[in-house]
Amino acid sequence: MQLPIYLDYSATTPVDPRVAKAMAECLTIESNFGNPASRSHQFGWKAEEAVENARRNVADLVNCDPREIVWTSGATEADNLALKGAAHFHHRKGKHIITSKIEHKAVLDSCRQLEREGYDVTYLDPDGNGLISPETVEKALRPDTILVSLMHVNNEIGVINDIEAIGEVTRRNKVIFHVDAAQSAGKLEIDLEKMQVDLMAFTAHKIYGPKGIGALYVRRKPRARIEAQMHGGGHERGMRSGTLATHQIVGMGEAYRIAREEMAEEARRTRALRDRLLRGLEDIEEVYVNGDLTQRVPGNLNISFNFVEGESLMMALRELALSSGSACTSASLEPSYVLRAIGRNDELAHSSLRISIGRFTTEQDIDYAIERIRHAVAKLRELSPLWDMYKDGVDLDQVQWAAH
Amino acid sequence: MAYSDKVLDHYENPRNVGRLDDGDANVGTGMVGAPACGDVMRLQIKVDGDGVIEDAKFKTYGCGSAIASSSLLTEWVKGRSLEDATQIRNKDIADELGLPPVKIHCSVLAEDAIKAAIADVRKKQGQSEAAEDEAVAEA
Repeated sequence: MQLPIYLDYSATTPVDPRVAKAMAECLTIESNFGNPASRSHQFGWKAEEAVENARRNVADLVNCDPREIVWTSGATEADNLALKGAAHFHHRKGKHIITSKIEHKAVLDSCRQLEREGYDVTYLDPDGNGLISPETVEKALRPDTILVSLMHVNNEIGVINDIEAIGEVTRRNKVIFHVDAAQSAGKLEIDLEKMQVDLMAFTAHKIYGPKGIGALYVRRKPRARIEAQMHGGGHERGMRSGTLATHQIVGMGEAYRIAREEMAEEARRTRALRDRLLRGLEDIEEVYVNGDLTQRVPGNLNISFNFVEGESLMMALRELALSSGSACTSASLEPSYVLRAIGRNDELAHSSLRISIGRFTTEQDIDYAIERIRHAVAKLRELSPLWDMYKDGVDLDQVQWAAH
Repeated sequence: MAYSDKVLDHYENPRNVGRLDDGDANVGTGMVGAPACGDVMRLQIKVDGDGVIEDAKFKTYGCGSAIASSSLLTEWVKGRSLEDATQIRNKDIADELGLPPVKIHCSVLAEDAIKAAIADVRKKQGQSEAAEDEAVAEA
């Protein structure tokens, strides 16, 4: 077993060796280095063929037409293009946008920018499990609502929104529906024939492809209209200019092709590892799983150990690479806004770990992680005055703390 | 974030972890911080008849730097007089541990904790002296 163990697959994944090989074939003079937009020679034609092949692989994974895929630099750019592009295109129809409080910052900060431009944004509260119901969306609709943007799978707690049901609401009300699928593509089945989604953001690096490449799905029937945010040579049917990065695109295509073939088996395997991890931790006193456990991607566990502060826990777990919702691990010194929005108090938000499992995780990795986490939690509780107080029967909510 | 060797040492081998009997008139307790902010320190000192700190214990909920700051503080105050211990400044702790700017608040919390513990034991001793005086006067 090699230390440290990587358990942060929701942050990013290593590139699959098969993907790296395909990418390496698109760089040097001996290989496929041409500009896919060059129409006058075979270097260009060959590169274009590789790009279109990749586009088909991405489209096949999510069951859409390849012509509905627009390459971007990643999911952040795809989210920006979807939100600003749709809002700008439809501003005469209305200026109201609906999203949720637990979206990724790429969506939340795009919404903040649109607010500065005069749009009105409603931020929905998720339920205690982190889910947004179709009814919640329907209730928030107004005559001037033009766009709803929700994530398929939450990046911190891994819970899955019912996109098919929400899509019925938005389509019935003739509102554009954008879905951030950065955390779900390649992990869950996405069928854009069934889902009435107009725009969907994808990335490669969460699913064993390279960083720096993503895509926006833009529905053709009924046609979703967006305004370009990047102007230039009119690439990607004018929706996103810029020379296509053949090697990146080929990498994403190969990653999505592999995902389509291996997704079912991989989901079964990562779910078994996640369940093994949970079984190894759930009998610890004062442990809370954050977010719904059944409506959840297979590889994610987000768990709070009450009375233990997250950063000190991470420090005790230096052989494990994982994330915490603790304020001390974020630049803003605020605990996780996702955990706060699902009703966790600050203490539990500070005490959380996000453990995400993936393609290269083994049973030995999980068993080692369980042993280390149990040891660290016990050690830090020995050090914790809050644990003492809890054991003495003191109600911590009744204590007058000297906040600083 | 990279931790200094001294922070790691105190974190791995914290000194003087534990509790002292708060019912003892010679024990002062300082509890500072709040769980919502991500750190709570409980620092306790025990003074002998000459007003010298003979023992110190701590427990801390917080990041590694908060744990190290309170651990170091217990080492520093042992054997010092109460007056002397009030001279400890957060900067001394931060410098000794090599805390980065974002962790300075941990050392501030430690300074607050020792001040609160000293104030507590002084208050207790003031009260017990007053009670003794009363007892003497009554006799």
